[in-house]
Amino acid sequence: MTAPVQLTLDGDTRIIVTRSFTAPPALVFRAHIEPALIRRWMIGPDGWTMPICDCDPRPGGSFRFGWTNGTDTSFHATGEYLEVTPERIIHIERMFLPDPTPDNHVDTRFAADGTGTRMTMVMTLPSPEARAAVIASGMPDGLEDSYARLETILAKA
Amino acid sequence: MTQLDSAFAALADPTRRAILARLATGEATVQDLARPFPISQPAISRHLKVLEDAGLIETRIDGTSRPRRLKPDAVEELWDWLGQYRALWEARYARLDDVLADLQKDDTP
Repeated sequence: MTAPVQLTLDGDTRIIVTRSFTAPPALVFRAHIEPALIRRWMIGPDGWTMPICDCDPRPGGSFRFGWTNGTDTSFHATGEYLEVTPERIIHIERMFLPDPTPDNHVDTRFAADGTGTRMTMVMTLPSPEARAAVIASGMPDGLEDSYARLETILAKA
Repeated sequence: MTQLDSAFAALADPTRRAILARLATGEATVQDLARPFPISQPAISRHLKVLEDAGLIETRIDGTSRPRRLKPDAVEELWDWLGQYRALWEARYARLDDVLADLQKDDTP
């Protein structure tokens, strides 16, 4: 069964993301390395697309992903693969917001769990500040909601 | 500009959002805050001034040190920092579930 994603902060510099899928590991792995599949899911909330999705998923190969919401085209990421097997992908990535974030070391494992998959992704950043920058990168799309909440809070003040 | 306008303007910049996310984990000096960014310390100081003028952060005076921290009322309720990031991944994996369902359909004769 699928379950909500679990997100844990481990120590000062790691983020651990776990999620279960009903599909077997071989398919979850494919969806992480084939551009035609990646661009269908590795996007932000509604309205964002991924016009740039180039990758060479083998040790030493690189990737470049780029996102847009129609007007803003500056949000992109680049990186290199260190290890690529059906059970595990290790890669380095940096996001451009447009300023580059420090290198994020990402270790993703696909473990069989019954007929499905238990996926564990461990991100390791070089510093607590870099980890905060990565977490903050999830926010461009949530701004409208946050503005609405800010308005409520300031109205009470 | 009203306080609300300046808070919106302050939040519209990704570097300033990253600074706020860092401060959500505890107070920090300008030097700490500048470290992950490829921009100068004066540039970080300018971002901090924008955040402070918007009422989102404050400066604590501790001897010769001037650590910055979030103004709790203004920011901590404002943004569930981790929740936003979790929501990003949850949205992605919900889409991935659909992609995987299509692949499984293709695999079934």
